[in-house]
Amino acid sequence: MEHYLMNLTLKVWRQANSNAKGKFETFKVKDISSEMSFLEMIDVLNEQMIREGHDPIAFDHDCREGICGMCSMYIDGRPHGPWHANTVCQLHMRAYKDGDTIVIEPWRANAFPVIKDLMVDRSAFDRIIQAGGYVSVNTGSPVDANATPIQKDNADAAFAAAACIGCGACVAACKNSSAMLFVSAKVSHLALLPQGNPERKSRVTNMIAQMDKEGFGSCTNTGACEAVCPKEIKMSNIARLNNEYLVAGLTIDK
Amino acid sequence: MLNSKIPAGALDQKWVDYKGHCKLVNPANKRKLEVIVVGTGLAGASAAASLGELGYKVKAFCFQDSPRRAHSIAAQGGINAAKNYQNDGDSVFRLFYDTIKGGDYRAREANVHRLAEVSVNIIDQCVAQGVPFAREYGGLLNNRSFGGTQVKRTFYAAGQTGQQLLIGAYQALERQVALGNVHQYTRHEMLDVVMVDGKARGIIARDLVTGKLERHFGHAVLLCTGGYGNVFYLSTNAMGSNVTAIWKAHKKGAYFGNPCFTQIHPTCIPVTGDHQSKLTLMSESLRNDGRIWVPKQKDDPRKANDIPEEERDYYLERRYPAFGNLVPRDVASRAAKERCDAGYGVGTTKQAVYLDFKFNLINKYGKAEANKHGIENPDTETLIRLGKEVVKEEYGNLFDMYEKITGENPYEVPMRIYPAVHYTMGGLWVDYELMTNIPGLYALGEANFSDHGANRLGASALMQGLADGYFVIPYTIGNYLADDIATKPIPTTHEAFEQTEKAVAERINKLMSIKGDTTVETYHKRLGKIMWEKCGMARNAQGLKEAIAEIQQLKKEFWSNVRIPGTIEEMNPELDKAGRVADFIELGELMCQDALNRNESCGGHFREESQTEEGEAKRDDDNFAYVSAWEYKGESAWELHKEALTFEVAKLTQRSYK
Amino acid sequence: MKWSDVFTSSVGRKLVMGLTGLFLITFLVVHAGVNACIWANDGGDMFNKAAHFMGAMIVIRVVEIGLFAGIFIHIIQGYVLEFSNRSKRSVGYDKQLGNRGSKWYSRSMGLLGTILLLFFILHWYHFWIPSRFTGVEQTQVNGVEMHNMFALMQITFSELWVVIVYVVACFSLFWHLLHGFQSAFRTLGVSNNRYIQPIKTIGFVYALIVSLAFAMMPVSLYMGWAH
Repeated sequence: MEHYLMNLTLKVWRQANSNAKGKFETFKVKDISSEMSFLEMIDVLNEQMIREGHDPIAFDHDCREGICGMCSMYIDGRPHGPWHANTVCQLHMRAYKDGDTIVIEPWRANAFPVIKDLMVDRSAFDRIIQAGGYVSVNTGSPVDANATPIQKDNADAAFAAAACIGCGACVAACKNSSAMLFVSAKVSHLALLPQGNPERKSRVTNMIAQMDKEGFGSCTNTGACEAVCPKEIKMSNIARLNNEYLVAGLTIDK
Repeated sequence: MLNSKIPAGALDQKWVDYKGHCKLVNPANKRKLEVIVVGTGLAGASAAASLGELGYKVKAFCFQDSPRRAHSIAAQGGINAAKNYQNDGDSVFRLFYDTIKGGDYRAREANVHRLAEVSVNIIDQCVAQGVPFAREYGGLLNNRSFGGTQVKRTFYAAGQTGQQLLIGAYQALERQVALGNVHQYTRHEMLDVVMVDGKARGIIARDLVTGKLERHFGHAVLLCTGGYGNVFYLSTNAMGSNVTAIWKAHKKGAYFGNPCFTQIHPTCIPVTGDHQSKLTLMSESLRNDGRIWVPKQKDDPRKANDIPEEERDYYLERRYPAFGNLVPRDVASRAAKERCDAGYGVGTTKQAVYLDFKFNLINKYGKAEANKHGIENPDTETLIRLGKEVVKEEYGNLFDMYEKITGENPYEVPMRIYPAVHYTMGGLWVDYELMTNIPGLYALGEANFSDHGANRLGASALMQGLADGYFVIPYTIGNYLADDIATKPIPTTHEAFEQTEKAVAERINKLMSIKGDTTVETYHKRLGKIMWEKCGMARNAQGLKEAIAEIQQLKKEFWSNVRIPGTIEEMNPELDKAGRVADFIELGELMCQDALNRNESCGGHFREESQTEEGEAKRDDDNFAYVSAWEYKGESAWELHKEALTFEVAKLTQRSYK
Repeated sequence: MKWSDVFTSSVGRKLVMGLTGLFLITFLVVHAGVNACIWANDGGDMFNKAAHFMGAMIVIRVVEIGLFAGIFIHIIQGYVLEFSNRSKRSVGYDKQLGNRGSKWYSRSMGLLGTILLLFFILHWYHFWIPSRFTGVEQTQVNGVEMHNMFALMQITFSELWVVIVYVVACFSLFWHLLHGFQSAFRTLGVSNNRYIQPIKTIGFVYALIVSLAFAMMPVSLYMGWAH
């Protein structure tokens, strides 16, 4: 790959804490290498700001290899930036050219309140999982792993759903701030496996109840979530959730 | 004195005997006992969940915004277990022996054997939780092979095994949170251990959102905080991975075991420039199907695909015909360094070698697929197309990741890879029960030193983390807490909490008051450079002495000139980082001390003074068959305690993968 | 879970939207079928007979009540969802995702639905209220006395602005159905890829035919193609 350097203008959302009123601030960064990752570019800006005596931009990030789900920036109107099936940390600066202006916003949803600058509180996702996103099995001596054969297609589909990193891009992209893609990924993962079968009815109903309680919107099948999901979680999971929900609603015994 | 508390009896009966005889806590008493778990990776989440299930009152802490983000999530290749599903001769004993040998005979036999024994339970447990491991068409679990072994015992979920296992443990943990057995504290960082009457009785934690210090009591404290590879600045660890928790424990008296044992992973994406903030691993499993080579000609200007077969040096296959590309990580890393140092490196920086999939893509997968589809005499194009589909299923996410980072398509051109810091075998010294020498303070997973000796085999970290959390600690902690059932929770107004919190607050104030002009990042980078150059893949006495002096100087500068913006009582990531880097600096010095003391080459620790004529590592069992356990004695001062390693079953031989 | 939860949770509300939507989709087929009789070019006899049949049969009258219930539930629930969903993001984005993520019409079901609602009011004023309440000029077909709905249509669609409004409404209908058709099936839980693609195709064909048919009626009458 050819490398090049670029100068950029960044328009970044700044907000001191969850109670403060935020606003956009504009920054210039110079000599950014096309080989840098997007977050490394922010690192450069932050180092510059600290040296100049300013408060650096707070943002969530950890593994920087696209799997922890911590990074969360809404870049130029798209969660995780312009690349398909990608996280911010894996976005590289060769996506931009000299002179570009980039607008960076936090995830916007009332269920994800801003903590500071670009950091948001996604603990609602933990609480949704607590509502039923598990198999109730204690540590101990379950049956041998190979005692239950699982059809490969189902195992693969369960894995594809379980690949969700819980970043919240689906919520950020959805016009309804719906968490359905996230919830449906977990419901699908466990509904597709025999291990998840005993609790499938209570799982889906409890998780949906919690999702509603957290203040996420409802799904209107627009598909924005699927388009921005870094792990390419499919909307068919949402339909599967609907199915699970309907069946549970019609057949649950109490 | 160091007492490793290894049970008597035959190696394969020790754990059985221990479980049969350890003390138990009855369910009513468990509810009165509080346990603090710091870190929510595989070890922490599995421990917190399992202890919650047993009925203990658990508090789980993590600095991330959710337990699910812990860096175990990034483990790619797989998890070992002695299931022998493949009928290829695997057994508990073989897994034990491979791990001991892979660790270059610097691990405890009893711990490793226990690890191999419980490995089979881990797979059962994970499957029961709904972890979607890769399966065969018949519906049974699939396996792949990994470095340092000759059997296929690695269970996997594409290149995201760590993620799937952690999500399994995380879900088990969230279930306990829902049941009220575990209270979870996210965006909290542990900043010190609280000691009461010589026992660990709690922690001081900082709420990273408000910046406030909190006191938490626990009858026992479990540190499951992972490794300290970030002491090198650049590593495959997450940005937040740090040594702080175990370092604070160390300064409170816990011995640090084998700090210099660092694993440099052979297959990482090479550094591109000074801006680099971290390195990305390409799973070792890729070496199953990728062949590593460099051009036979020095400084070959041609593109990889233009270099004909006969002008390629498959140096691992050449040097180690028995294991070939699947030699253990330390061996593969040093071989790559050797080639690059000799001038055969590739890419712009010349600090890289090729990892090439074309051969297996065509010959292994392409041909098998062609056979399956009944295509006779397929042309190369067809074979490549068919092979690609299989490779995509096996490693798709890794190939995508590589392409995103480098802009090159690894299906078309070979990957460029170079070794990078990946894992630290060293950690807090623990006994057979995973307790440090401080009563009530435990270390699990990568945070302890116990199971991998001087080098960890691939797919064993996940195994160890889960073994410790699911199957070891639930027994061993009972053995300790059984004597503690009469101890009432100590109020956090106790003097010990008061004083510890005061010391923590003073340190934070001191950091903030320096108001110098150099950023934390700058010091971290400088530390990393010293460590990588002088305590990295090859170490020598002179370099290590220089490194110690340089680190001491760096420490002085840091404490007189660091600049931290913002205030204490707010979300302030720079302050968090400053505390961690200050600890890394101190740790760096100890690592160099340890490396200097260990004048032998073993596993990932390569002392240039101790090598064979062919440049292979040379161990010195007469003088160094011990665990170095360092006791903190104040500023830049440590005392070395030695735990002799005795081998009843394994025979100490020079490792050979030729 | 109570029965009421099944239909009032976020998923339940969507279920209601999907079920009523599919009911209305079925109705549109009948409505378009009856109206297509105007192209018989027999002076409206066939159409008037069909309209009379629909108006006179008791079963149809009962279904009509259901139909209105369906429409109103669909409308009310739609607005409830729209406003509740909008309230979930108090601070909006400076830059919108737009069509890079989803189709504009999928995001605009509320707007398209509102256009349709306004249209319905006009449409009822034109046809339904006269035929039920205020009275329509009578005609005789085969000796049976009945409303001359055809004549009413001819009069109504002699004004250009009315024709334009109806055609615009049909555009809204097309986009509304294009999203609604497949979305209803997804909401009802069709997740199998084997069905999703055919459903999308059928939905497109359905939306196109139905809205085209309706749009052509006022145009045909205005231009005198149907007589």
